[in-house]
Amino acid sequence: MRPFDYQAPADAGTAVAAVAARPDAAFLGGGTNLVDHLRLGVAEPGLLVDVTGLLPTGISDDGGGLRIGAGVANADLAADSRVRRHYPVLARALLSGASGQLRNMATTGGNPLQRTRCLYFQDVTTPCNKRSPGSGCAAIGGATRQHAILGASEHCIATHPSDMAVALSALDAQVEVLGPDGERTLAFGELHRLPGDAPERDTVLEHGELITAIVLPPLPVAARSDYRKVRDRASYAFALVSVAAALEVTECRITDSRVAFGGVAHTPWRARRAERVLRGATPSDEAFHAAAAAELADARPQDGVDGGNAFKIPLLTRTLAGTLRDLARQEA
Amino acid sequence: MSETLEHRAIGADLPRRDGDRKVRGTAVYADESPAQDPVYCRIVQAPLARGRITSVDPAPAEAEDGVLAVLTPATAERLADTSDAEYAILQDDEVHFRGQIVAAVIAETFEQARYAADLVDVRYDEQPGDTLLSADRPDLYRPEQVETGAAPDTSEGDVDAAVAAGPARIQQTYTTPMLHNNPMEPHATTALWEPASHGGAGSLTLWDSTQGVHTVRETVYTVLGLDREQVRVVCPYVGGGFGSKGIPHQNVVTAAMAARAVPGRPVRLALTRQQTFSLAGYRPPTIQQVALAAGDDGRLTAIANDVVEQTSRVKEFAEQTVLPARTMYAAPNRRTSTRLAALDVPIPSWMRAPGECPGMFAPEVAMDELAHELGIDPIELRERNEPDTHPESGLPFSSRNLLACLRRGAEQFGWPDRDPLPGVRSHGGWWWGTGVAASVYPTMRMPVSEAEISRVDGRYVARIGATDLGTGTWTALVQIAADALGVAVDEVDVLIGDTDHPMASVAGGSSGINTWGSTLVAAAQEFRKRFGDTPADGDSARAGVPANEAAERYAMSAFGAQFAEVAVHADTGEIRVPRLYGTFAVGRVVNPRMARSQLVGGMTMGLGMALYENSLFDPRTGHVVNHDLAEYHVPTQADVADLRADWIDEHDPHVNAMGTKGIGEIGIVGTAAAVANAAWHATGTRVRDLPVTLDTVL
Amino acid sequence: MFLDGLSPERRGTLRRMDHELTLRVVGAEHRLSVDSRTSLLDALRQRLGNTSPKKGCDHGQCGSCTVLVDGVRVLACLTLAVTRDGSEVVTADGLSAGPPGSGGDHPLHRAFVDEDAFQCGYCTPGQVCSAVGMLDEFARGRPSVVTGDLGAAPELDDAEIAERMSGNLCRCGAYPGIRAAVARVGREREGTR
Ligand SMILES: Cc1cc2nc3c(=O)[nH]c(=O)nc-3n(C[C@H](O)[C@H](O)[C@H](O)COP(=O)(O)OP(=O)(O)OC[C@H]3O[C@@H](n4cnc5c(N)ncnc54)[C@H](O)[C@@H]3O)c2cc1C
Ligand code: SF4
Ligand code: FES
Ligand code: FES
Repeated sequence: MRPFDYQAPADAGTAVAAVAARPDAAFLGGGTNLVDHLRLGVAEPGLLVDVTGLLPTGISDDGGGLRIGAGVANADLAADSRVRRHYPVLARALLSGASGQLRNMATTGGNPLQRTRCLYFQDVTTPCNKRSPGSGCAAIGGATRQHAILGASEHCIATHPSDMAVALSALDAQVEVLGPDGERTLAFGELHRLPGDAPERDTVLEHGELITAIVLPPLPVAARSDYRKVRDRASYAFALVSVAAALEVTECRITDSRVAFGGVAHTPWRARRAERVLRGATPSDEAFHAAAAAELADARPQDGVDGGNAFKIPLLTRTLAGTLRDLARQEA
Repeated sequence: MSETLEHRAIGADLPRRDGDRKVRGTAVYADESPAQDPVYCRIVQAPLARGRITSVDPAPAEAEDGVLAVLTPATAERLADTSDAEYAILQDDEVHFRGQIVAAVIAETFEQARYAADLVDVRYDEQPGDTLLSADRPDLYRPEQVETGAAPDTSEGDVDAAVAAGPARIQQTYTTPMLHNNPMEPHATTALWEPASHGGAGSLTLWDSTQGVHTVRETVYTVLGLDREQVRVVCPYVGGGFGSKGIPHQNVVTAAMAARAVPGRPVRLALTRQQTFSLAGYRPPTIQQVALAAGDDGRLTAIANDVVEQTSRVKEFAEQTVLPARTMYAAPNRRTSTRLAALDVPIPSWMRAPGECPGMFAPEVAMDELAHELGIDPIELRERNEPDTHPESGLPFSSRNLLACLRRGAEQFGWPDRDPLPGVRSHGGWWWGTGVAASVYPTMRMPVSEAEISRVDGRYVARIGATDLGTGTWTALVQIAADALGVAVDEVDVLIGDTDHPMASVAGGSSGINTWGSTLVAAAQEFRKRFGDTPADGDSARAGVPANEAAERYAMSAFGAQFAEVAVHADTGEIRVPRLYGTFAVGRVVNPRMARSQLVGGMTMGLGMALYENSLFDPRTGHVVNHDLAEYHVPTQADVADLRADWIDEHDPHVNAMGTKGIGEIGIVGTAAAVANAAWHATGTRVRDLPVTLDTVL
Repeated sequence: MFLDGLSPERRGTLRRMDHELTLRVVGAEHRLSVDSRTSLLDALRQRLGNTSPKKGCDHGQCGSCTVLVDGVRVLACLTLAVTRDGSEVVTADGLSAGPPGSGGDHPLHRAFVDEDAFQCGYCTPGQVCSAVGMLDEFARGRPSVVTGDLGAAPELDDAEIAERMSGNLCRCGAYPGIRAAVARVGREREGTR
């Protein structure tokens, strides 16, 4: 862990300027991912700019939706009564992540930007294109149980570990960003990128861009939504796969839905193909399986010394079916 | 027969004497021991499975602020005795396994040492590592003996003929993975070399996290070539060991070497969690081919377990996985064998119930399979195969209450109404099943231990260099000493955890209380013999552990039975264990609350073995890639639902004066098999490779 | 023999990236100078001699280092000390029925001993701090992932306690005792409310 400098500026503009000015600078949110990486040698910044004191920590009503300050702790967001009522999928996703202590520390801005839990990425003694571009990918042919089945490349097969991000992806959230060149807003679905030949870039954010808020649109379908996380251990473990789903059923037909997957790709995976199959269908296991099949048509499992991850295809299919079945029942 | 003590304090449900300190966090562990201006040591590990160090450049590290010394193979002191290759640290250029210590940095602050260790520039000539265990390697060999000293192989009658004759037979291969002890306190030492003391020869004090202070002293003085009296080891509290602190590992000797490099400065060396995965031992993976044959009446005609397991090339460790198949059930034809693959891997060592734990998994699942094939209840099957005497030695058991445990456990668990059919109970979106397995653990007493009892300020003070790993020694020995002296517990103090106290055996093999308790009883008898019932201040007597002659006439073991209820989610295959009950026959229980905690703790670790724990070893790199607690999954609070341990009232006059059999390990022994059997009963899918995970039952 | 801060001779060894900060630890104020890399855990243990919080993993994966910072349970290992200038830190040793550092037992201390909610004791101070923070979160009506109805206030049953305490691993497997201890104190509290 190399020495670094530390600043805690008073406002966002100063923080952005400080990071933008140094290629080896990084924002520090709750630190639950970044401090871990400093200690592993995965991240070696020369300057940390603490943004916890300057980011908004409030959640406000916003044209029927919610504006969530990037400094809001994961625990506070999950406890918010509006989130619990109108976006239960988000509350459940947050609550299924990490532990009580970590949720008290982790921030709204930091959570979607946490990096992969790929075992090799976290171990600086092994090659990893994401950590050291061009060094190779130790995961391919290694332990791949946790790795991607969708959208991977020959350069990287990592998955995105955030639960919250899967819910935000299903909810059509917006991300507000302050950069050296001013503010911009992007769709949450555009924030993360597939690995392609540049797995070192998890997101489309430029160096120095600071997430200041996440905005949830008004979304009636989200009132009946849920997050289902599957893991070996009952708690305090990352997802093998997860499903964020919202369902609206009118007169025995699915009139609207939102579906996103976690644990299967380099990004939270919005399942638009599945949503298209669901639209107009009668809620049934058949329809749910068809939706999963459509989304997973291009799935490519990995072999591995640990048995690989082909199980994720049936597992995700059945998890999606189970989640939608429960939501449809709730609906009735 | 040993003279059995009258039990007054033994059996009393007393709270722990060290409880207050532990709940406040003021109990002092190795890395926290008092030290004036301590410095910090950080090790550097080899990132390759096999090769040779071609150069080590300490200069970049030495240039860092606060760095006091860098130990390398070129600069480290020459050790006096490296006959145990594990302790040949920094003595040559060979790399025997990935994670081996190749340098160590000592600096003023923890942060400085950690960073400077990254800067030590070590170059290697890498050779291909041979790291993959498999049952069809051509170079498997038979060790001279297994860890306990027992023969690696045994054979009686003709197993193959009996299996061919049947009519019922099970022939299957079962595997257990590499597992890591992962005590919550990573291995740590504070070491101080004082060159002027011990008449100018120097003295070394180690505050070490260990299961045996005397064991550490024996190793360290030998390896460093010092006099025994030059080394003192102190360890009042240990944050768990589970076998991994049973012998000193490389970190302890490295800490001693570091201390000698910076005389007069206390050096703190705590392994990181990740480092413990390659340096602190582990349970080696096993491949077990079990054969059972039985008549239609369910009586076994043959039992065999042929075991293939791994050791490191640099030091042999032959886990005694074969032992349970020799002890548990009667059968005229019997065979066990041990074959090892010597690999370029970290050195295996003890993990809670070495041998018995993996070695009961395979046979106890096979028994479940046999019960199903025969259409006999698994408990009934075990009843029909209960031996009259020890199946191998022919000795009678000093007491054997396996059937009592099975029956009592069955009743408490609600086993009698069980529908034997697998994969037929589904409700609430889950598949449900139940399973049972038996447990065994030998009752041991170590040959060497000594205790001293003195009268001090009107109290009785016993001293013995024993250890408390959380097992309750601080309290239990007081109870034993009080009964041995015939006084109340509040008149007695017992001092442990320091080589300044008389020599005591390691806390291992569930032998602690058996050994130290017997020693205290002998010392108390000696004390009373010499000073009567009205001793004066300053009166003091010592005694060593008495040998147990009964051990030649009787086979001695603790037994138990675990019952598991498993629920498997119908959609996702997630596996949960709503109920896990254990009933044990462990002789007399010294302190019920502490005994229960130990048994529950053992069962919890067994639950982890059944469903989660798996050191993912990548044969390409030669290391465990999930080397942390985020990915090596031990059970969490949410994984443990209704988990209970209980025992039958067992009086065994032959084991020792207290009547104890040891309880540290038996809790884990049958648990994984019980859970795996229940998972089969829930789903109809038989999983023979641990851990049982959702993808195997989907 | 623990030193409150560093002895003057050693202070000179901390040249790079040092920061001055103030921490209130269990009621007492400390002014100290730390390396920016120093975690709150190491600052407490190595600099202030408060070894009540333990280091089980140093990566947020075990909960042994749990302390209360400004009343909230957090992991001291993933907290850089520099980020907590001016904060109030309470460790298991400092917990009491009254204000931090006022002495005496906290009900959880007693309950842990009575229920034998530990063996080796290494995870225990973290468990105790976590339980205090968790009961407070619970009292504020915060949900957990096992809360059936997110719209309603949760009930302090075994499943809720287990899930909320899952960030504190115990390799000794003292979970049933921990749950019983927390339930007892939690219910006593509910009773008095
Ligand atoms: C043991 C363990 C288990 C966990 N389990 C789970 C789990 O099950 N599910 C899950 O979803 N997560 C889990 N987590 C991860 C945790 O949720 C994340 O670490 C956390 O959400 C990150 O938020 P933070 O504020 O602490 O980010 P930080 O660690 O501070 O930062 C993360 C990254 O984001 C950058 N950053 C931070 N804030 C901003 C901002 N406002 N704008 C731009 N960049 C920013 C930082 O520079 C850094 O690169 C676990 C973590 C641990 C240690
Ligand atoms: S999968 Fe991606 S993150 Fe993992 S080793 Fe390969 S390149 Fe690195
Ligand atoms: S030491 Fe902080 S969570 Fe393990
Ligand atoms: S008491 Fe030992 S780890 Fe919890």
